[in-house]
Amino acid sequence: MTYHDLKANRREILTSVGAGGLTLAFSIASKAEAQDDTVKPLNAYVRVAPNGKVTITAKNPEVGQGVKTMLPMLIAEELDVAWEDVVIEQADSDPKAYGRQFAGGSMATPLHWEELRRVGAVARAMLIQAAATAWNCGPGDCATVPGNVVHKPSGKKRTYGSLAMACANVTPPDPKSLTLKDPKTYNIIGKPKAQYDVAKIVTGEPLFGIDVRRPGMLYATYEKAPVFAATVASADLEAAKSVKGVRKAFVVEGDPKAMSPGPGNIGQGLMPGVAVVADSWWAARKGRDKLNIKWNDHPTSKQSSKLFAEQAKAIAAGKAQRTARNDGDVDAALKASAKTVEAAYAYPFLSHANLEPQNCTAEFKDGKLEIWAPTQNPEPGRQLTAKTLGINPDDITVHMIRGGGGFGRRLANDYMVEAAWIARETGAPVKLLWTREDDMAHDHYRPAGFHFFRGGVDAAGNVTAWHDHFVTFGEGTTMAPSAGMSAAEYPARFVPNCRLEVSTMPLGVPTGPLRAPGSNALAFVMQSFIDELAHAAGADPLAFQIKLLGDKPTVGEPPAAYGAARMRGVLQAVGEMSGWGKTKLPMGEGMGVACYYSHLGYFAEVAHVACSPEGAVKVKKVWVAADVGSQIINPHGALNQVQGSVLDGLSEALHQAITIEAGRVEQSNFTDYRLMRISEAPAVEVKFLKTDFPPTGLGEPALPPAIPALTNAIFAATGKRIRSLPITPDMLKA
Amino acid sequence: MAYSLTVNGKAVSADVDGDTPLLWVLRDTLGFVGTKYGCGVAACGACTVHIDGQPMRACQIPVESVGAAKISTIEGMAAHPVGKKVQAAWMELDVAQCGYCQAGQIMSATALLAKTPKPTDAQIDEAMNGNICRCATYVRIRAAIKRASGQKEV
Repeated sequence: MTYHDLKANRREILTSVGAGGLTLAFSIASKAEAQDDTVKPLNAYVRVAPNGKVTITAKNPEVGQGVKTMLPMLIAEELDVAWEDVVIEQADSDPKAYGRQFAGGSMATPLHWEELRRVGAVARAMLIQAAATAWNCGPGDCATVPGNVVHKPSGKKRTYGSLAMACANVTPPDPKSLTLKDPKTYNIIGKPKAQYDVAKIVTGEPLFGIDVRRPGMLYATYEKAPVFAATVASADLEAAKSVKGVRKAFVVEGDPKAMSPGPGNIGQGLMPGVAVVADSWWAARKGRDKLNIKWNDHPTSKQSSKLFAEQAKAIAAGKAQRTARNDGDVDAALKASAKTVEAAYAYPFLSHANLEPQNCTAEFKDGKLEIWAPTQNPEPGRQLTAKTLGINPDDITVHMIRGGGGFGRRLANDYMVEAAWIARETGAPVKLLWTREDDMAHDHYRPAGFHFFRGGVDAAGNVTAWHDHFVTFGEGTTMAPSAGMSAAEYPARFVPNCRLEVSTMPLGVPTGPLRAPGSNALAFVMQSFIDELAHAAGADPLAFQIKLLGDKPTVGEPPAAYGAARMRGVLQAVGEMSGWGKTKLPMGEGMGVACYYSHLGYFAEVAHVACSPEGAVKVKKVWVAADVGSQIINPHGALNQVQGSVLDGLSEALHQAITIEAGRVEQSNFTDYRLMRISEAPAVEVKFLKTDFPPTGLGEPALPPAIPALTNAIFAATGKRIRSLPITPDMLKA
Repeated sequence: MAYSLTVNGKAVSADVDGDTPLLWVLRDTLGFVGTKYGCGVAACGACTVHIDGQPMRACQIPVESVGAAKISTIEGMAAHPVGKKVQAAWMELDVAQCGYCQAGQIMSATALLAKTPKPTDAQIDEAMNGNICRCATYVRIRAAIKRASGQKEV
């Protein structure tokens, strides 16, 4: 889909943001209209007001991935209601009513596609039953048109609003007993919808975690050690308190478990630090500047990115610690290969860099804790907070507030525990806000990694040998969070002689999932090395990729099945879209192709770059062919996610690295941790192939192949192979 | 001390230290929370406001330096002849993903169009390069600016 396709549906977009054009107050007016406490909700998700306005609950946290709009679309479709009559309300964290509520793994679509359509269907069946009872007929005599039940024999109608009250006496049917709509009849699913909160976004209404205000609220800042989990030796609390507006300054000893440098522990609880609480955030910051904190030494203060790289090289020179996969005989196959390639790849730690720094508001009163958190993962936050503060989880309420970007950072809840602790110590509602520098120094970083490859191709251009020794972080067989690799990592199972080995080094840096975790790094190394083999074989890279996928529809068994035919489909499509092999490019320009399967989605991408002799890279265009199944639920949101993911991947590859020196992060702000700017953003053309598979998610899978598409294009343009990220001009200078 | 300011055409007063950045006066003292904090060093543009019509980073402006200058924030754009067009284009194209940067984007785009009603791509790049969108909605930001200026979008 391109902009042109969307333009054809412009009316639809307009309709969804306000009847008859642009009504900036749309959501507020409608919310008031839909308020009616006299009518019992039909279920945990659906409430119909007498005037026919329908309130639908959005169960999951919204961080920009569009679920607050998309999930209610599923319910509204089967409920059979006009989208203009829908009011969306954000749920609180409530696992008893809504099950798991989280934003991660691009899982909202696959987990809810069936379930939430059935929620809508149940509500519709209840309204039909209420009408049938009123008309003294069977439900089979009734049908619906949006917002109304129709008595088929007579053509009589009753609005949903007029039936809502009577639904209190209707027993909900078994969801499994209901027949869902034929997708050909959809009115809402598959039609572009604007984000529900679009009016609030463009007018600057309070919406995000940072915007939360409570009566009597104070503002907090919290300083932690630059060396992760180091404890406070001393701090000048009195100096901080002498600053006008500062109410409190105190040391937080923190949770000893949060301080153990083993994988999975560090950074997951309350880290030690010093809190300053004031009448305003600026006063708290000024107080903090006076703290003069001395930190105790910590065992991790010697670690550095440079040492990790040296250690990885030394490990790779010896025997791997563990063999994850060993098919055929790699060594014999390499000897018999027509061409062999050896290469070492590396990628750095990355920060999530949510534009809204971590924050949380907490209020502790009469033994109960109320939390307003821009979290992607509220329930583990509630449990962690309960454990750390020693209070009953049932005494904690978590309101899920829109997050200014998620990208996996807000799956951790460190800011929530800190805010709760500080609020209890303070005895007043407190908004904790991290500085940008805090945010960059205390992330759960995408782990760095190192891959040492050997590969071979035969004279016919088949990959005959593939050997990857992956040097990563962890202890023994326990990987640091997001630092692992599947033993089925592609092209395993497609190459007859394949050995995957893993060695680990200990790490005292918190790590965690960054958008498309694992995949965002593995796609770069795997797809680049495949491209190296294609060039070694003298083959066209796209044809080589298609050939490597073989001729079977799928390889392997669920949950690790790989849809080879689906990947061949997107590769062929992206070749056609991009004019692959048909475009004559000037000197210094090139096109690269890559594909990757992650988060249940199949993506193939082509990048077109221009490289200058000074080593500057300009991405001119990216083409994306995607297969995420039979239905794109909200085409407008889907396109935005894919375009954003691609640019996010390019931004990582072109600019980003977090480096560790003396145990601490060297970068501190967007001045030394760069994000892509508008002048660097190429056009991204996207095509969704519809296939007979259940729909899957789009928050992540478009990102991974963007990086190797770029680096493979750079090779085509310059003959320089990028084996380490980020790309620097030095790597490309002629 | 108390500072008298003009925000979105209204006289307001803020009793704060003179070195407090305008950003925090707007957000925490006056309640205009549409202006966002992103970096504190004028590197991201999330806090962009207009000072006498010029786009400025509110995180870098001590309140004592504002004087009689007129401050406009995102909350005032519905009453701004260009700002309301920009907001409409942003809505019609549903530019945002997370939405956090978009107030700053709209403020920069409004200042651009007020001065340059039909900007070229290069002029858009120059005026908007100071505004980071972490979700990278740049394709739509560009299209929305074109739309608001009555130009072809792609």
